[in-house]
Amino acid sequence: MSSSKKIRVLVAKPGLDGHDRGAKIVARALRDAGMEVIYTGLRQTPEMIVEAAISEDVNVIGLSILSGAHNALFPKIMELLKAEGGDNILVIGGGIIPHDDVPALKAVGIAEVFGPGTPLADIVGYIESNVKL
Amino acid sequence: MPAIKLVKGVLKGNRRDLARLITLIENEHSSAATALSMLYKHTGNAHIVGVTGPPGSGKSTLVTRITAEYRKRSKTIGIVCVDPSSPFTGGALLGDRIRMQEHSLDKDVYVRSMSTRGHLGGLARATSDAVRAIDASGKDIVIVETVGAGQSEVQVVEVAHTVIVADVPGAGDDIQAIKAGIMEIADIFVVNKADYPGADRKVIEINAMLDLDSRERSWRPPVLLTNALTGEGIPELVDTIGAHMSYLQETGLLKQKGLQRSRDELEQIMEYKLTNELFTRLRGTPEYEQAIKKIAGRNDDPYSVAERLIADFLISVRE
Repeated sequence: MSSSKKIRVLVAKPGLDGHDRGAKIVARALRDAGMEVIYTGLRQTPEMIVEAAISEDVNVIGLSILSGAHNALFPKIMELLKAEGGDNILVIGGGIIPHDDVPALKAVGIAEVFGPGTPLADIVGYIESNVKL
Repeated sequence: MPAIKLVKGVLKGNRRDLARLITLIENEHSSAATALSMLYKHTGNAHIVGVTGPPGSGKSTLVTRITAEYRKRSKTIGIVCVDPSSPFTGGALLGDRIRMQEHSLDKDVYVRSMSTRGHLGGLARATSDAVRAIDASGKDIVIVETVGAGQSEVQVVEVAHTVIVADVPGAGDDIQAIKAGIMEIADIFVVNKADYPGADRKVIEINAMLDLDSRERSWRPPVLLTNALTGEGIPELVDTIGAHMSYLQETGLLKQKGLQRSRDELEQIMEYKLTNELFTRLRGTPEYEQAIKKIAGRNDDPYSVAERLIADFLISVRE
């Protein structure tokens, strides 16, 4: 079978917030954990994120959002992803997301949400044990 | 997914199947070879354009602009962007897509980021086969963007019909321009960031280098000034890429290159398969480990051991 599988991760910033320090730190940590990380930059629409995920054949999408628009954007991304046949992709979120919003996000298929202060090793560990290669 | 289904999808231009096939190629999955051999007769139609140059010379932005110009001319485009992998962890940060967002929803542009996975030479091991898969999917032009190249990342020349070397003003003096390596592989030179001071001087230096080239060449690489941010010089660049292809066709060089490439490729595949076969048989066997210990202890030498092992291998294959 395959001799060398790599975890491919898309780190994406949906919506209009202009801060990506957190996304870059997570991208760097995943890189240092041996993953191939594709970063697409700021201000991505759900359509752009899903298109990149399909074209790049990633195993994981990490969504970083600070603007508060997660309740609108995350479900839209999940819906498009399903329509494109990307159901097998592990989708996780991070940024400023109130605890009360998490259950609804999980209900639409966001596997886990990592808030501020999460040790980077936790994110790496979560991906490694939950990714479907 | 069985190879035949993927192949059908790729031939129809389905980008998800194409993306999956490229992953299989990267992972050296056995079904990738099956798929590629089925796709082979559908390849050879795309014009493959390599873009190389030092880190920060504007390669990704240039590729984006070239793509936009080709789209205006109704051409379909595939792009493979290669970024380096970490020598310590094997991980990679692939960031070329950031500059290519304007094409992200255009179904006639397929962009794939690729890590070198430790391969040297400016490309990944999988790049050439990925380009072939994109070619088979029906794209008119396939652009290969190398890693930020130093002086000897010249492998793109084995993949591309037309190689663009992008440089920027202010990097190095005229001696840099006459060194061997990357400066020799260009079919077209681009001095990007034309608004920076020293751009004209850079053009003069590269032209002076070309004046010293004693090879008899009917194609002298043009040196073009571009500003990939504003798009200045891009239509001329795309015209020149087309002119280079016409030159290759008219002079018969395209056929000649194709023959050479098929020869190189066949030999590379045989070499790879042969060494793989050899090492799967050897590695982990007690005799092999014993022989290595003997060499380390100076009780034997690697030269005669290698001869012996290869002779044994050839005999066992014959039987």
